[in-house]
Amino acid sequence: MAQADGTTPKVELRDIHLRYFTLEGETEAVRGLSLRVRPGEFVGIVGQSGCGKSTLLSLIAGILEPTAGEVLVDGRPVRGPSPVCGYMLQQDYLFEWRSILQNVLIGPEIQGLEMARARDRALELLRRYGLGEFTEHYPHQLSGGMRQRAALARTLCTEPDILLLDEPFSALDFQTRLALADEVGEILRREGKTVILVTHDISEAVSMADRVVVMSKRPGFVKAEHEIRFADAGAGRPTPFEARNKPEFRDYFNQIWGELEIHVGG
Amino acid sequence: MSADDRESRSAPSAMYTAFLRRVRIRRRLILVCQALALLAFVLVWEIAPRAHWVNPMLTSYPSAIWPAFVEMIGAEDNNILFHTWITLVETVVGFAISMVMGVAIAMALWWWEFLYRVVDPFMVVANALPKIALVPIFYIWLGDEASIYAMAVAIALFITILMVYSGFRESDPNKIKLIRTFGASKAQILRKVVLPGNVPVMIAALKINVGLALVGVIVGEFQAAKAGLGHLIIYGSQIFAMNLVMTAITILAVISTVMYLIILYVENRVMQHRQ
Repeated sequence: MAQADGTTPKVELRDIHLRYFTLEGETEAVRGLSLRVRPGEFVGIVGQSGCGKSTLLSLIAGILEPTAGEVLVDGRPVRGPSPVCGYMLQQDYLFEWRSILQNVLIGPEIQGLEMARARDRALELLRRYGLGEFTEHYPHQLSGGMRQRAALARTLCTEPDILLLDEPFSALDFQTRLALADEVGEILRREGKTVILVTHDISEAVSMADRVVVMSKRPGFVKAEHEIRFADAGAGRPTPFEARNKPEFRDYFNQIWGELEIHVGG
Repeated sequence: MSADDRESRSAPSAMYTAFLRRVRIRRRLILVCQALALLAFVLVWEIAPRAHWVNPMLTSYPSAIWPAFVEMIGAEDNNILFHTWITLVETVVGFAISMVMGVAIAMALWWWEFLYRVVDPFMVVANALPKIALVPIFYIWLGDEASIYAMAVAIALFITILMVYSGFRESDPNKIKLIRTFGASKAQILRKVVLPGNVPVMIAALKINVGLALVGVIVGEFQAAKAGLGHLIIYGSQIFAMNLVMTAITILAVISTVMYLIILYVENRVMQHRQ
């Protein structure tokens, strides 16, 4: 389906429905969700826990099939995992029995890429993310922030076009989280990746994304969308850290907060 | 390198040195107490029969074991080294077979979950059944040599399958999800996550199995063998040669210790980088 501006969306979800079945019963996780992501766009998806936002990433990554509807990447229907998508989970899940370099090489290994080239690339990525001295270390020897940077290198080592970030900073302490969000945001923009960031943290989404999509409570659908624009940003976009100090930041935050209908204890 | 790491590498403070010394002293004290306990045991064993608190015919004593051992090294029949060798080979072979078979079956059960559901109750019963009850049947079915291996495997196999399979099943689902996003096949999930992730479980199974395989072999030898330490124990007790029996048992204790130490070494090597 061609868009008004003629480009194919990088990722498109068409009227997705998803149901889970267990012996206890049936759960409707997603109901009629549609979403388009432009090439190079950074989309943040916010919603309360259990609203199916992580499920969305699994659908795009091809590790889960919708009950009804269609998932398209580059205009082609998704039929299982593809090297086009890179997935970053809530924790680093580095394998404790592999060195940092071996961890970064797990993707190329599985996809059967040429290992000599992958190795060069892995070393280059680790060096760029300040882990050049730690390639032969093991995960338990690294701090939380370093481990998550290693996980980012692992995700990028297979050179995906699309990055699916599932609350990738949620396991980190607040300072590390802000610093890493800046770093990762910059890395991904510089490399021109299409990014879909799922988070329950409104400020994280507003500060990092070009567009924030608000999901309803379960069963999930798109409740609202906001293009995030900062007036005095100049040529580029402010870094996530700068964005947090812009006057528009609070307006976006309050509006999305209202739409999420968060009730403590409810 | 983080700042914390640097700090711990600079010269240690006096308090830290004192702390390390306390830890070292405590460790040595434990070793000394262990040595004393062993010595006390041997002394009581030596003194009690000599002082006729117990009948020396029933217990023998430590100082009699060494001469008996030396004598049996040179002996034509009942050569102790030969019997020890037989038992050792049977144990190692039985142990290796049950480890390999156990892990292979656990892999099959992980691959076909349906199969696991089907055989689960049978395996639980097979594991709970006292395998020693099978000794006479194995002897009749398999003869004097094969029945010993069968016994070692029967005792060690089911617990291996159950332990390793439950480890496989509890593999971190997030690690599996992670490599699935790279497009991993089921075989790759097995090879890259499930097997390497369960090395600690397999080592735990190894530890249990060494002991169990030895039990299987000795029990098998009681019934079937013409050789081996188990045979020697039965033979010795029939002719009331307690020196012989006690020597064989002492050698068994040494074998257990050595095998345990080997596994401990393997464990330390393998577990180096795991938290």
